[in-house]
Amino acid sequence: MLKITEISKTFNPGTINEKRALCKVSLTMQDGDFATIVGSNGAGKSTLFNAIAGTFVTDEGSIILDGKDITFEKEHRRSRMIGRLFQDPLMGTAPHMSIEENLSVAYLRASTEKSSLFGKIAQDFTGITAKERKVFREKLALLDMGLEDRMENPVGLLSGGQRQALTLLMATIVTPRLLLLDEHTAALDPATADKVLDLTKKVVQEKNITCLMITHNMKQALELGNRTLMMDSGRIVLDMQGEERKHTSVEDLLNLFAKNAGAALDNDRILLSSERAV
Amino acid sequence: MGFLTPEIIQTALEVGLIYALIALSLFISFSILNICDLSTDGCYTLGCAVGAVCTIAGHPVLGIFAAMLAGACSGFVTAFLQTVLGVPSILAGIIVNTGLYTINLMVMGFSSNLSIFGTDTVFSLMGALSSSPFWTAWNRLLLLLLIVAVICVLLHLFLRTRLGLSIRATGDSLPMVRASSINPAFTITVGLCISNSLTGLAGSLIAQYNKMSDINLGTGMVTIALASLIIGETLFGRGKMFVRIIGVVAGAVLYRFIMAVALRLNVPTEAFKLVSAIIVAAAIAAPAAKNMIRFRMKVSAARKRRRAEEKGGSGSC
Repeated sequence: MLKITEISKTFNPGTINEKRALCKVSLTMQDGDFATIVGSNGAGKSTLFNAIAGTFVTDEGSIILDGKDITFEKEHRRSRMIGRLFQDPLMGTAPHMSIEENLSVAYLRASTEKSSLFGKIAQDFTGITAKERKVFREKLALLDMGLEDRMENPVGLLSGGQRQALTLLMATIVTPRLLLLDEHTAALDPATADKVLDLTKKVVQEKNITCLMITHNMKQALELGNRTLMMDSGRIVLDMQGEERKHTSVEDLLNLFAKNAGAALDNDRILLSSERAV
Repeated sequence: MGFLTPEIIQTALEVGLIYALIALSLFISFSILNICDLSTDGCYTLGCAVGAVCTIAGHPVLGIFAAMLAGACSGFVTAFLQTVLGVPSILAGIIVNTGLYTINLMVMGFSSNLSIFGTDTVFSLMGALSSSPFWTAWNRLLLLLLIVAVICVLLHLFLRTRLGLSIRATGDSLPMVRASSINPAFTITVGLCISNSLTGLAGSLIAQYNKMSDINLGTGMVTIALASLIIGETLFGRGKMFVRIIGVVAGAVLYRFIMAVALRLNVPTEAFKLVSAIIVAAAIAAPAAKNMIRFRMKVSAARKRRRAEEKGGSGSC
């Protein structure tokens, strides 16, 4: 379970560039919840993800994942529990390393904090074992992209879609407690995007992963998962699930979206016109 | 080949193998970790000083390990500056390099050079194993070959371990490393410690090889090592890891050969720095030049074909 309580973040406080990116955001996700997040650019969606993943420490509030307070945990420590995919398919993989080497690095998360120091050191100095190679092969075969026969190829040779599918596999090869998907199909062509999305659905369902997904596709926002969130100006302005969500059409959502985005536009207009007046 | 006598070839090989260790050090920091570590000059002298002091005290073998440890410490400081204190990597190297000058003087008892007289070095120990003329002539080269081969194999094996893979990933994709629960500060620190311990090793070997240590011995070493590294990567490509490692060693030896040739051509020693700078520039520019030539050839071939077609076309009209 993910429990976020009133987290806030202001960038460049006290300067002319001050930006309140998150305003007392609270969110509770039950185990297995799959929520989509919509919102205009600058609404704070990615900032929310950064706050959860630990790219920065929030100014106030707390983040609790599976009963563990991770508010002040370092990013690389949180990543033991949190998997993350970015819009840029090039970000989640090391291009000059082979597919199996990439997977092996991702598989490091399997070592739990409970293992002894000696065990950790021993693990640090072993290579990729035949058993692991077999696991990687089986998992790659599930992607249905023929990657299982190219395990020694550098990842830099793969297409964007293949790399994103590999990143998805890397993020979930050790089941995370939480999966953050930041428009992870937006940079792919429609057919590949569908494929990666199908894979995402499959793996999230199979392993019952709690998942947050940012999207700009209103249809996806309503069809995928069991919850839809809308963000605006650093706040969650809409949280729909169950019957309410079922009865919301794409148009309804678009209208709500336009209303929020429109408000932002109006603000800009006021700003611009006042500037002109001066 | 009367131009290059066997002695010259032998010396070039021996010194080239010692320089190969520094090139391997830069291979780890520059190529793998993608960090510009400019503390090489100071670290090399540090290894040299520690190696010389230990050898003079009668412990040549210990001197080698002590110099590696000293190098690792220097690498740790460089890594600490950039990972914990947020000093940009180039500056961290320069700062450590500057500080090491004084440290090196301290190690050498505040004298700017030391000579190793009357005590054994690893090379004299090796030479004493047999008195056959072959052994007397080649023992130094064999010892260096053995050391470099062991280092290459160990480095290759290490880079295949999880820790090694994590270090490679750190230089390749930082977001991916963070996402894999690896602390990049840790991998950078381990990487720089290993890298600088190799520089220290090279320093202690050159001290025992030349039977002396000088405070200015390391000046310009980073350029030489970088030249070796780039020659190696240009000739051997960026393919399989072991090939790359061998390429770095070959690059260092080749570099020494080019310098030996320059020496035979009576290039004055004062001009050596300029010669090395030109070699570095040429090595770095080689791939681009190759591409340019290939492009020009393609263009002229296409033009020729087009002209021939035009002629043929007008004939048929």
